[in-house]
Amino acid sequence: MEETLIPYAGIVTKITEQTPDVKTFRVEAPNGGKLFEHEPGQCAMLSVPGISEAMISITSSPTNKDFMEFSIKKCGCLTDWLHSMEEGQMITVRGPYGRPFPVDGALAGKNLVFVAGGIGLAPLRSVINYVRDNRDKYGRVDIIYGSRSKEDLVGYDEIVSEWMNTPDFHVHLTIDREQAGWDGHVGFVPNYIAELNLSAVNTCALVCGPPIMIKFSLPNLTNAGFDKTQIFTTMELRMKCGIGKCGRCNIGNKYVCKDGPVFRFDELDALPDEY
Amino acid sequence: MQAIMEKRAIELLENGTVDRVLGWSAGEFPYDMTPAVFESVEELQNNFVYNDFCGANLSKYLIKESRKGGKILVFLKPCDTYSFNQLLAEHRVLRENVYVIGIECFGKVDVEKLKAMGLSGITGIIAKNGVYTVETVYGSKEVKMADAMAERCLSCKSKKHVVYDELIGEEGEVVDDCDRFDMVEKLEAMSPDERFAFWRGELSRCIRCNACRNVCPACTCEHCVFDNPNSGIAQKAAVNSFEENMFHIIRAFHVAGRCTDCGECSRVCPQNIPLHLLNRKFIKDMNEFYGEYQAGEDPNAKPPLGTFQTGDREA
Amino acid sequence: MKKLTNLNAFFAAIAAKQALYLPVDNAVGKAEYKKWQEGTVMSDALNTARSAKDFFFPQTENLMEFKMEGKRIDVIDTREACEDFVIFGVRACDAASFDILDRVYLVDPVDSYYKNRREHGTVVTLACSRPAETCFCGTFGIDAADPKGDVTAWKVEDGYVLRANTEKGEALLASVSDLLTDTDDTAVKAEQEKLRAIMEKLPLANLTTDGVGEGLTKELFDRPEWAALSESCIGCGTCTFVCPTCQCYDIRDFDTGHGIKRFRCWDSCMYSDFTKMAHGNPRVSQLERFRQRFMHKLVYFPDNNDGIFGCVGCGRCLASCPISMNIVKVMKTLAKGGNQ
Repeated sequence: MEETLIPYAGIVTKITEQTPDVKTFRVEAPNGGKLFEHEPGQCAMLSVPGISEAMISITSSPTNKDFMEFSIKKCGCLTDWLHSMEEGQMITVRGPYGRPFPVDGALAGKNLVFVAGGIGLAPLRSVINYVRDNRDKYGRVDIIYGSRSKEDLVGYDEIVSEWMNTPDFHVHLTIDREQAGWDGHVGFVPNYIAELNLSAVNTCALVCGPPIMIKFSLPNLTNAGFDKTQIFTTMELRMKCGIGKCGRCNIGNKYVCKDGPVFRFDELDALPDEY
Repeated sequence: MQAIMEKRAIELLENGTVDRVLGWSAGEFPYDMTPAVFESVEELQNNFVYNDFCGANLSKYLIKESRKGGKILVFLKPCDTYSFNQLLAEHRVLRENVYVIGIECFGKVDVEKLKAMGLSGITGIIAKNGVYTVETVYGSKEVKMADAMAERCLSCKSKKHVVYDELIGEEGEVVDDCDRFDMVEKLEAMSPDERFAFWRGELSRCIRCNACRNVCPACTCEHCVFDNPNSGIAQKAAVNSFEENMFHIIRAFHVAGRCTDCGECSRVCPQNIPLHLLNRKFIKDMNEFYGEYQAGEDPNAKPPLGTFQTGDREA
Repeated sequence: MKKLTNLNAFFAAIAAKQALYLPVDNAVGKAEYKKWQEGTVMSDALNTARSAKDFFFPQTENLMEFKMEGKRIDVIDTREACEDFVIFGVRACDAASFDILDRVYLVDPVDSYYKNRREHGTVVTLACSRPAETCFCGTFGIDAADPKGDVTAWKVEDGYVLRANTEKGEALLASVSDLLTDTDDTAVKAEQEKLRAIMEKLPLANLTTDGVGEGLTKELFDRPEWAALSESCIGCGTCTFVCPTCQCYDIRDFDTGHGIKRFRCWDSCMYSDFTKMAHGNPRVSQLERFRQRFMHKLVYFPDNNDGIFGCVGCGRCLASCPISMNIVKVMKTLAKGGNQ
């Protein structure tokens, strides 16, 4: 396969405000449909020419045949621009890049525990909706998702109306601090993991969120009986090419863009602590 | 010289005057010394060197080193003391954490000059009576020290240390007839087209490695404009060569009035671009417009570009 | 093997059909690759100041353009067919660097820009005759007396001896066959012997890769020596930019006034912003950046490439580092300590 680094132009057909600083952008090809196919956990390089280009995880499930979606937090020059644009605007997209979650491999037939914090739900949403659309291929699903406040829970409406109504889906939401109008769980995600008495038997965990959340979630998953080979996460480092050549997203001898972004925790253990 | 410096450094380390020593450590060849911090007597005894190839100006390291706690000894050549003073004037170095030993200097060698004489496969260089005996795998050759001296040392502006805590060797004098503006005058005598062609030719070799900027004791911004993606000029290499040339011109403007003419920019350029000529042009112009001024000579002097007088020339 | 006595006629014959580049002394007496034209004199220098990687991986190159109109974006592929060209006088080290670049740019997914130039370039290497103290290609198994390339050339007493190594090389020599005569390898063998005798006397002749290489991430990453090694690094990109194997790049946009040009340019892991993200930088100080450069060449690259090192021992970084810190000093320091 040859790579030209030349992107497709796509139209942002819908922008949904998810939280005060997260918006979801629906992207379609100029004559309708998706720009390209992808697998859950893969990423794409999004760009506004003249602003910059950045690697963003594809948050929609590949089972969605009409469009792709990207949930993006406002936190830099490109994302600031994206947050200020209107529907109908074109952006450029290239991809898909990276190693996906092994939905047809290690995860097939398993119970799944999703652990997410804040915008970290974005890459997992692709897997969660893939699992919903292939419900018979997986066992029990637990989703532990936390954010600073109720307003900061990305995709709250979808979680409540769709995920909570999916058979054998158990959604555990939590927010950092008490807040009026919230009668759910309060506390940090890692602690919630410990409270839930999860079973690790025939189960895989998929973790994504701020580094501090991942750091404290890991021992609690281990305590619950999870081996590092049962835990997957997805990484983010600065990238320019997306194909393992520009040389900046490596952790040791692995490139996050090509060998990742999805890693099993025992694989990360073999790498130097530089991320 | 090396033995005296090493002995003094050991004394000051042992009696607690300083905690660390900034000098040069031995290399693979007779000429590739690396600036290094020594924290113990053993390290000094094993690796400390000082010779005619220790050209690096150590003053810029003191921005970082003077903030590491404790006191650091630094060896500064006369020209380096101007940079040090300028850094003090700009409040970039914590003076109280630095112990300056001024070392006399008779000029440093530019090993590239030796190589340009066809000397290759160098295995040893012995200095004696103004002559270097350069030993190579192809035989040995004698070279007069003056013929190997770095360009900046041939037009040395001062053998006087403008700041120090103690001196090793003889103190020298400011060199008034150093001829350092000769090449600038030649450039000034060119027609604009010739001059443009000269600089386009020289700058065309630039590989945008930023060595000139990073080594420059006057380039101490915490965040350089060329590293700021929002500045509009932040490129590692620009789309066209004209844009590329702007890097050097903007940089010369930015250090104008603060550049002490230490010559590090030209020393480190891997493409041998005579960058110091840009700075010297500014120095010469400022001298002519606003009166003689040597950056770094006096940390309390009012810089010409930082003061306004009603009689100032407009351009 | 073929014998060539009239080098200028050889250059003229090649240049009549395609662009020919060779090392030429520049204004400051250093060699750089220049396009041959009648009267061009080949440099005697051991090597060019910049490496030969520019031919396949130029310092800047335009990738594409964008036309922006209202909400509309048109993506314009500006790639042009590359014309055939010949590089003459590439040394063994630089020729070996092409193999290393190939291992990055020609593996799946293939970089189309690099491939385009690589396919159209014919490399004529020239065996060394006067290596410098900074040379250590032998450390990485590279033979300066028998360089790779499409054609290998040796300077002998009364001309040059040429050997085609590839189909491209055969074609090149066939195109100038009237200038060549058949010869045996006697003269070449004599030159090779002379050179190998010199190589043995060079100061870095005995440098080995002991203590570095494949599979040593855990042993080397946390070695305390990195602190002292990187202490005086000024964080410039000299070593990376003169290096024939450094291949990291940045992609940037430039507003031309009529549209956006997207170009790529060399980048350096030594630069502070190389890995900087909106929310932090995993390599916070020069120590991490410095370590990355050497770990990449001495451990990570071998890990991913059957033990082959990402250095060819050309010695350019030894000659040009502003503070004379370099891969040889790193290798020797790492070999000294540790658990060997």
